[in-house]
Amino acid sequence: MERPFAITLDVGTSRANHTGSWRVERPVYVDRLPPCNNACPAGENIQGWLYEAESGGYEAAWRKLVENNPLPAIMGRVCFHPCESACNRAEVDEAVGINAVERFLGDTAIEHGWSFPEPGADTGKRILVVGAGPAGLSATYHLRLMGHQVRLVDASAKLGGMLRYGIPAYRLPRAILDAEIARIIDMGVEVVLNHTVHDIDVERREGEFDAVFLAVGAQLGKRVNIPAGDSSKVIDAVSFLHQVADEDPPMLGRRVVVYGGGDTALDAARTARRLGATDAVIVYRRNRDKMPAHAEEVEQALGEGVTVRWLSTVDRFESERLVLEKMRLNADGFPEATGEYEELDADSLVLALGQDTDLSLLEGNANVEVNDGVVQVTPTMMTNEGGVFAGGDAAPSDRTATVAVGHGKRAARGIDAYVRGEEFASGDRHELATADRLNTWYYADAPRTERPELERIRRQTNFEEVIGGLTEENALFEARRCLSCGNCFECDNCFGVCPDNAVVKLGAGHRYEFNYDFCKGCGICVRECPCGAIEMVPERI
Amino acid sequence: MSEQRVHFYQVGSFAVGNRLLSADDRTVQSSPHRTNSIDSGHRACQGCGEALGARYALDAAMRATNGQLLAVNATGCLEVFSTPYPETSWRIPWLHSLFGNAPAVATGVAAAMRVKGRSDVRVVGQAGDGGTVDIGFGTLSGMFERNDDVLFICYDNEGYMNTGVQRSAATPPAARTATTDVVGAEPGNVFGQGKDLPRIAMAHDIPYVATATVADLHDLEQKVERAMSFRGARYLHVFVPCPLGWGSASNETIHLARLAKETGLFPVFEAEYGVVTNVSPIRRPAPVEEYLKLQRRYAHLFGPKGRPDIVARLQGIADANIARYGLLPERDELDSREDD
Amino acid sequence: MLRQLEGSKAIAETVALCRPEVVCAYPISPQTHIIEAIGVKVKEGSLAPCEYINVESEFAAMSVSIGASAAGARAYTATASQGLLFMIEAVYNAAGLGLPIVMTLANRAIGAPINIWNDHSDAMAVRDSGWIQLFAETNQEAADLHVQAFRLAEELSVPVMVCMDGFILTHAVEGVDLMDQATVDRFLPTYEPRQVLDPDDPVSIGAMVGPEAFEEVRYLAHLRQLDALDYIPVIAEEFAALTGRASGGLIHPYRTEDADTVVVALGSVLGTIKDAVDRLRDGGQRVGVLGIASFRPFPIAAVRDALARAHRVIVVEKAFSLGMGGVLATDVSMATLGSSAVLNTVVAGLGGRPIAQHSIETMIEQAIRGELADLTFLDLDEGVIARERARMARTRRSGPFAENVLRDISQTREDRS
Repeated sequence: MERPFAITLDVGTSRANHTGSWRVERPVYVDRLPPCNNACPAGENIQGWLYEAESGGYEAAWRKLVENNPLPAIMGRVCFHPCESACNRAEVDEAVGINAVERFLGDTAIEHGWSFPEPGADTGKRILVVGAGPAGLSATYHLRLMGHQVRLVDASAKLGGMLRYGIPAYRLPRAILDAEIARIIDMGVEVVLNHTVHDIDVERREGEFDAVFLAVGAQLGKRVNIPAGDSSKVIDAVSFLHQVADEDPPMLGRRVVVYGGGDTALDAARTARRLGATDAVIVYRRNRDKMPAHAEEVEQALGEGVTVRWLSTVDRFESERLVLEKMRLNADGFPEATGEYEELDADSLVLALGQDTDLSLLEGNANVEVNDGVVQVTPTMMTNEGGVFAGGDAAPSDRTATVAVGHGKRAARGIDAYVRGEEFASGDRHELATADRLNTWYYADAPRTERPELERIRRQTNFEEVIGGLTEENALFEARRCLSCGNCFECDNCFGVCPDNAVVKLGAGHRYEFNYDFCKGCGICVRECPCGAIEMVPERI
Repeated sequence: MSEQRVHFYQVGSFAVGNRLLSADDRTVQSSPHRTNSIDSGHRACQGCGEALGARYALDAAMRATNGQLLAVNATGCLEVFSTPYPETSWRIPWLHSLFGNAPAVATGVAAAMRVKGRSDVRVVGQAGDGGTVDIGFGTLSGMFERNDDVLFICYDNEGYMNTGVQRSAATPPAARTATTDVVGAEPGNVFGQGKDLPRIAMAHDIPYVATATVADLHDLEQKVERAMSFRGARYLHVFVPCPLGWGSASNETIHLARLAKETGLFPVFEAEYGVVTNVSPIRRPAPVEEYLKLQRRYAHLFGPKGRPDIVARLQGIADANIARYGLLPERDELDSREDD
Repeated sequence: MLRQLEGSKAIAETVALCRPEVVCAYPISPQTHIIEAIGVKVKEGSLAPCEYINVESEFAAMSVSIGASAAGARAYTATASQGLLFMIEAVYNAAGLGLPIVMTLANRAIGAPINIWNDHSDAMAVRDSGWIQLFAETNQEAADLHVQAFRLAEELSVPVMVCMDGFILTHAVEGVDLMDQATVDRFLPTYEPRQVLDPDDPVSIGAMVGPEAFEEVRYLAHLRQLDALDYIPVIAEEFAALTGRASGGLIHPYRTEDADTVVVALGSVLGTIKDAVDRLRDGGQRVGVLGIASFRPFPIAAVRDALARAHRVIVVEKAFSLGMGGVLATDVSMATLGSSAVLNTVVAGLGGRPIAQHSIETMIEQAIRGELADLTFLDLDEGVIARERARMARTRRSGPFAENVLRDISQTREDRS
């Protein structure tokens, strides 16, 4: 067709006009650190595994999860989920139920028998891990993935440490615990049980270990001097829970008083209820706001009939009668004695006043520094003694299972670098994806799916698991509530909102790229990115 | 499959795309195979709402018609920035004649298709607000009245932007333009004037009239789709912010469109045969200040010498729209809608 | 088939034979009978397929035609006077886009003062628009020109305006030999557009062209008009061979071979002039007539040849450029540039003023005697002019000029009675 000059133009000709030259700022795709990931003591890439779960890719999600934490079914139950406290979704409605989804993934993995990746090629390096609690298990797992040989020793008859001996079964069913431990051991781990390490240097030398990880935990219940009659039954909570775990519970009577305000106190009180105590009373010297135990644990305990004597200390325990002194909080929030006393009938007193670490195995080593009863370590968890690493409750920490899992991973990385004669270099941390980076308009309102709680009446009488799991439908829904803070989840907004068609869609899983030939730098893509994964940077002119 | 009923897609109601949606439920714009009716290299300002709106609408029309689409364009920004010799950005058949005659030209194109038995080929006419509500109004009304088989789309940026930001009959009260400067007792455009073209269009009893904004792509595309399901005259009024003419940041274009709808200043609805059949309710109510403050054309209303009285009158306009169209339904109803 | 019928009806019948696909109608006297008659044909189905669109204005009529033509349909409309002016922006646009629209212009004066009667002011107002403008002398020629116009327009991708005098032709009943469908089909092939809106081959039509190419675009359009100068005689000959009628072409010389004085004119007035010339020839004057059939493009070479022997050229025209003089005369003067011939401009028949044969004869005789002013207004009422000028001289503000003249004329009539 003979077309008129100039008046009629052919398709595609405008692409000769590179409008990118107008630009003074350019958009660039970034990955920002989601607050959940930032808050996770175990260093999980939570946003990453939720992304996989959102599309129903549970195995992929689980695999991404266990890159950092080999115990998702356990953590999905016992973790106090600081991730959820940090979750930006709370600005929209409520935090994403990350912990519930984690548990769903962990349980689904057990159900389907998913196994870990094959261990890495044998490095010939031998590592001794002392203590088979969450820190030791985590370190063992990561070390095996790296191809190191691991001997895992523990003084108890079974693996699990505090997971088994400190956490009651109604919070962590033993079948779950056993399944996730077994999966680690199946990677090829030399396990030595009922073995107490008395001198770490001797143990290391004799076993020709290239490195050692001390994860001995804090197994010693703190005792305070409370005057008590000979017939008065006094036990520390750690021992109490350990005996219950060994299915050899002590006889505590109908009226059990637990002294302390931490999670262990609650565990003890709730366990006592399940063992038949009609009265399970917690005595705590401050008020509920100041209580260190996690609020939802307190809520559950109260729901089960546990009662609390706030602002009270135990003065003395005379046969079946406990004398309490009332306290008040001073202006700084510290408890002060009032000199007023009251009495409480009790068959037994459980002391839940904190735990100490047994570090006698280090007594022969002058290099390892111990302060305040815990081992001092570098960021890669190494002590002052080369090749000796420490983590979990034995190292300075919040003493949670999740922190321990994180220690195990960090220690494994540190050990790996050490035995290779390298310096461990952690990657640059991305800038935090704060709520103000998000465009929350795009996230439709969707309330959180609460895990069903067992009927209260049932959980007062047995050790059945209190918190139920999510159904697949609920888990999927919950996963999809993730805002994907700071990380592109391929919503196509940038691709759609560009007035200059300067965003190229690279296909599922490959995100997008900018065509700077045409991008005029208007910044709409940045403004309309729901998750804050684009930023404008000045153009070099 | 069992009773799997998960309605929630992380995003989806408002975002362009969503990897979790089935292909059929995604927007046209989310597809790498979209037409890109307006190609890269066009000379629209940074953050141009009209360039965006036109691509949204035409790409959707291309899908609705299986690519059998002809477009007629009035003079204006859209025409000037898209077809300066020797470069065109249009990837669809496109004809520009004059400022005031796009509806009539579209009528002619539609007549040609009918006489040639090409009922599969559909015609879109398009213009800015000047070409629609002012100079093109006569031909538009004629096209409506004859019920010619044309979808006419107005990209409303509330003024003559191509010529340097002058007032049109779509310029809102109080807005500063070059011909309604911020001087005198009633600074900016005066109150009590202007044309509400969607309602005028409805008065022609044509099959379909709808309003939309560039902030809700799903809604806009669905309306184009719906419009294409009718024969006869159809009208789509798309709200397209203009960073240049409004004195807004180039990255605020979609945000402003969203606020215009959420404040009630721009009611989003659809009507069939002269009767309103659907309104888009306000999701996150916002006072008009939130919208006005982002635009320099309203800067004289704020600050030490601000005019809260005028802001209140503008709020009154928004409130009247909310009342007229029922833009704020009960919260519960809203929630149930979003769950679906 | 020779039939006695109104000019408008003859046009409608002929246009219908040309198989227009889109016809736009907006009524204005004296064009109405044309579109009415076509409307009947479309509505009764005798003209099909065809879309007949009752638009809301002449601006829309031309705009709809533009859309139809650009989409590949044969488009036709008709207008006059104010209507043409109302669509003038679209008239230019149709030409600029090279769309082969055919339009009948029932020539009529332009107001104010409003006047529905015939002159050529409307046609002259768009002479620079890029349209080909053909002038019909008779209804037969008007009808025939429409067939040629479609052929010409589509061959060159240029719109064509067939100008016929309002009322004088449109409303005159006379014998017209209407063509038959087969003959028209033989002469006028199916429309093959040079450019078309096509979903399968998208292009952008109507780009903005800046200083870098605008002059070239305009020059190319001019060249296309010059191409028409070559092509118009070709199709006129072909048409003559088919019908035996000498309709169309560039010019119509009449008794010019040995003429010392040649009268040049457009349209139906040529008949009156020819009668006058015949009378003067009978009286021994060597006078001839040159009808301009193609006003745009202006056949400057053909006119020069036709006037080469004349000593005196009188251009009679039904329009003029206020403050300057003749429009056609200006064009003719370009053709006689360098010749020694004297050129007189005679403005006649404005607003439907009858052009009497004896006035033409008197005027030619005056010219031959050398007594005709360079610019003459035929049968001007000098008395009215003199009185109005005197009144204007007395008061700075004399009120609307046209009303004064009307008042003066009626006063004069009363005085006479």
